[in-house]
Amino acid sequence: MPTDVSNPQYYHKVVDCQWACPAHTNVPEYIRLIAQGRYTESYLLNRESNVFPGILGRTCDRPCEPACRRGRVDGKPVAICRLKRVAADLRDDIHEFLPAIPAQKNGKRVALVGAGPASLTVANDLMPLGYEVVIYEKHQRAGGLMRVNIPSFRLPAEVLDEETQIILDMGVDIRYETPVTSMAALLSDGYDAVFVGSGAPKGKELELPGRHETDQVFIGIEWLANVHFGHVDRIGERVLIIGVGNTAMDCCRTSRRLGGKDIKVIARRSRPYFKASPWELEDAEEEGVQIVENHSPKRFVLEKGKLVGMEMDRLRWVEQNGKQKSEILETVLLPCDSVILAIGQENSFPWIERDTGVGFDDENMPIVDKKTFASTRAGVFFGGDAAWGPENIIWAVEHGHQAAISIHNHCMGIPLDERPAYGMNLVSAKVGMHSWSYSNDYSPAPRMKMTHAELTKRFSKLSVEVELGFTLEQTVAEVERCLNCDIETHFTSNLCIECDACVDVCPVSCLTIAPDGPEPDLRTRLSAPALNLTQDVYVSAALPQTKRVMVKDEDVCLHCGLCAERCPTAAWDMRQFDLLVPYAGRRLPIATLPSGHVDRPVSAA
Amino acid sequence: MTSIQKPPVRHPSLQSNALGLTRRDYEGAMSTLCAGCGHDSVTAAIVQAFFELDIPPHRAAKMSGIGCSSKTTAYFMRQSHGFNSVHGRMPSVASGANAANRDLIYIGISGDGDSLSIGLGQLCHAIRRNVDMLYVLENNGVYGLTKGQFSASADVGSKSKRGEPNVQKPIDPVLLALSLGATFVARGFSGDKARLVPMLKAGLTHKGFAIIDVISPCVTFNDHEGSTKSYRFTRENYHELAAVDFVPLQREITAATEAGTSVSVTMHDGSIVRFREVGSEYDPTDRDAAYAHVRTHQERGEIVTGLLYIDEQSSDMHDIAHTVERPLVELPYESLCPGREALEKLMDEYR
Repeated sequence: MPTDVSNPQYYHKVVDCQWACPAHTNVPEYIRLIAQGRYTESYLLNRESNVFPGILGRTCDRPCEPACRRGRVDGKPVAICRLKRVAADLRDDIHEFLPAIPAQKNGKRVALVGAGPASLTVANDLMPLGYEVVIYEKHQRAGGLMRVNIPSFRLPAEVLDEETQIILDMGVDIRYETPVTSMAALLSDGYDAVFVGSGAPKGKELELPGRHETDQVFIGIEWLANVHFGHVDRIGERVLIIGVGNTAMDCCRTSRRLGGKDIKVIARRSRPYFKASPWELEDAEEEGVQIVENHSPKRFVLEKGKLVGMEMDRLRWVEQNGKQKSEILETVLLPCDSVILAIGQENSFPWIERDTGVGFDDENMPIVDKKTFASTRAGVFFGGDAAWGPENIIWAVEHGHQAAISIHNHCMGIPLDERPAYGMNLVSAKVGMHSWSYSNDYSPAPRMKMTHAELTKRFSKLSVEVELGFTLEQTVAEVERCLNCDIETHFTSNLCIECDACVDVCPVSCLTIAPDGPEPDLRTRLSAPALNLTQDVYVSAALPQTKRVMVKDEDVCLHCGLCAERCPTAAWDMRQFDLLVPYAGRRLPIATLPSGHVDRPVSAA
Repeated sequence: MTSIQKPPVRHPSLQSNALGLTRRDYEGAMSTLCAGCGHDSVTAAIVQAFFELDIPPHRAAKMSGIGCSSKTTAYFMRQSHGFNSVHGRMPSVASGANAANRDLIYIGISGDGDSLSIGLGQLCHAIRRNVDMLYVLENNGVYGLTKGQFSASADVGSKSKRGEPNVQKPIDPVLLALSLGATFVARGFSGDKARLVPMLKAGLTHKGFAIIDVISPCVTFNDHEGSTKSYRFTRENYHELAAVDFVPLQREITAATEAGTSVSVTMHDGSIVRFREVGSEYDPTDRDAAYAHVRTHQERGEIVTGLLYIDEQSSDMHDIAHTVERPLVELPYESLCPGREALEKLMDEYR
């Protein structure tokens, strides 16, 4: 069966970064805009899908980078995240390019609980449609976890203020220091819809002997919030952090700035199983934090009421029946003055009465539809960490977009599962005989390394930003590493004369003309066997002269355009793919290729 | 021309040969021929053949004359020796090189203009000398570099791009080579690498002069309706006589003989060429039968392809000249040029 490229998802999947991004940010295009010095446009393109480019350019969990094709080509993905920051740092004022907010409202009122990334995204999507949006926030400022849990040495307050304010300035009625204490009361206020984006605010406890006999054991996210509000400004010299996720990384690095000298992060397992992103681990180790593997906390040790250490079991992991099991090697005492628990977060909804119609499951989690984000009560939606527990900012943003679509459908009387469709534009990138509208040459440059502030400088003040951002030189080199995966290799089978030029010129042997067959068999009969099953193979319709098929292994295609340059009939063309992502209330121009289309060659022979 | 050089990146599952080299290590500079030129496909087939035969690139010499085809020696094996000679004079230069260093593997690339017009006499005498080389004649029926005039291999009735039919009789390099006593004669098609590559491998292994006439369409001047050397015409009138499998000596022969395999020829180094789908009436070691067969099909307008004739018992140029086993270039100067005294002694013998 020939591959159906008229479905936008086929070419979407080829753009690995965009496919992996929960919000489907058009990464290659924004990198090209940076390359052209069009920072404002790049920022706006980012903002359309991920809403907080400045914040995410510093703090994103980067699902795009492990997916990046460049990683499969030379081992290191493009520094996508930090390029996003370049656009945010160098852009001009964007206010005139923001959507207009109608003076005439549509008469629908929506309440959002919590002013974190999920709620702010809902507000961002609904305000331009004429909704009245009220946000209830328990703190004095907007941002939620982005403000109180992410240390300012990673995310400066000005960046956060600016990007949250852009949304609030759309006319959002935000009520600070107003925690919602009753869902029933909120529902009785007559809102057309309610969105719960209150996060997963409860840090997990570790009930071990001695836990409550000292005041030197803290819960990670609470402690970080207290540091943020200035309630805490010092910590003991010897600190143990229990847990090895990204919160643990923020805790250990913050401790380092509050007087901690000997800081150990304690992990039950070995490095490959750590939850923290590799780059966050690296940054912590650069600051002298020690990561201790294979240790399991046993009890807090106190002397005369003072915490002096923790007893730990040193473990060895062995595989048994395909499962990892631990064996205790010995019990050791790790001396310490303070302990921070960073072993996870939980949702907590003491304020939602169980008789409001909002259903909860056995584990006290709200029952939320995976696609529509609707709870079991019509008109009440969940998103962000509040929906299914801790994720990250970019997921919260995507939840916000989807919830906004649902809220709009709900308010307009459209069934929730009638989701607007994805579309695409596909436009030839050819601008001359051998020239393209993108930089098609392959740059062998290695991934640029982020420069960090000097250690003495960064420890002088809590808010000194560690990452200095890319220099212009680094930016120029890094943008050229992008392979432009959105410039798709588009094939028109009826134009092919089977001259083999494309097959012969492809530097990565990804093209083959072969007799058709089932895909598993075809994969073994290619110029180079297509062994990466996570990557698709494209199969054309039967070719005119021999009825064989053109097969393309998408795995390591460099999108260099040589196949199209060597094609005498323009059967191969490089076409810029633009995924049209649906948002609430925005009708898309559905510009897909009709099935069975016939393309004309560029030059009529 | 292309806008960029080929990026130095390869597919992770690209195979290596016995020397640890990949196909990409046998490539050369980027082609400057027209996009879709058959010659580029022949170049890729040559790359594949050398790669599969595990030939170290520095042990090969690429010889050529003038023309689109002759440019292509730049596009493969950038680490090999090479000589780009005067128009049509490649056979002489190749003979000289082979005389001096018989240890290198020689491949000559020529076209229908270079071989059948200006260099016809050169080609004939290289065949007669049975120079140990593979001679690839990239045949497209037109003079591409001078904008598409009919060449000496254009068929009667074949139309030019502007619609003029050719009226002069063509020279068929296969019939020419058979009649001159060539010891390895084959015809291939650039659009069919699966058959061309084993043919090239057999030709490179053959001891003596191996000529392969490769139909290689000119996508710019001879790929239109009415052309008899277009991709479409060649595919439609392709009459495959003798497809071959090349079984190198180094590899154990385990594959069962396929049905229809009637003939196999052992090469001088012990490798085997197996003929597939050859009817019992065809004997690839019978020169007269080969000639008659090609001629008969030609009358019907069919293009006979395959390895048409092979003689592995022949004597090459060095056998005929009784030269020493050791390449002349490696002989010490004193034995290569023994001096005036030795010469006078020799002259005395004839006085």
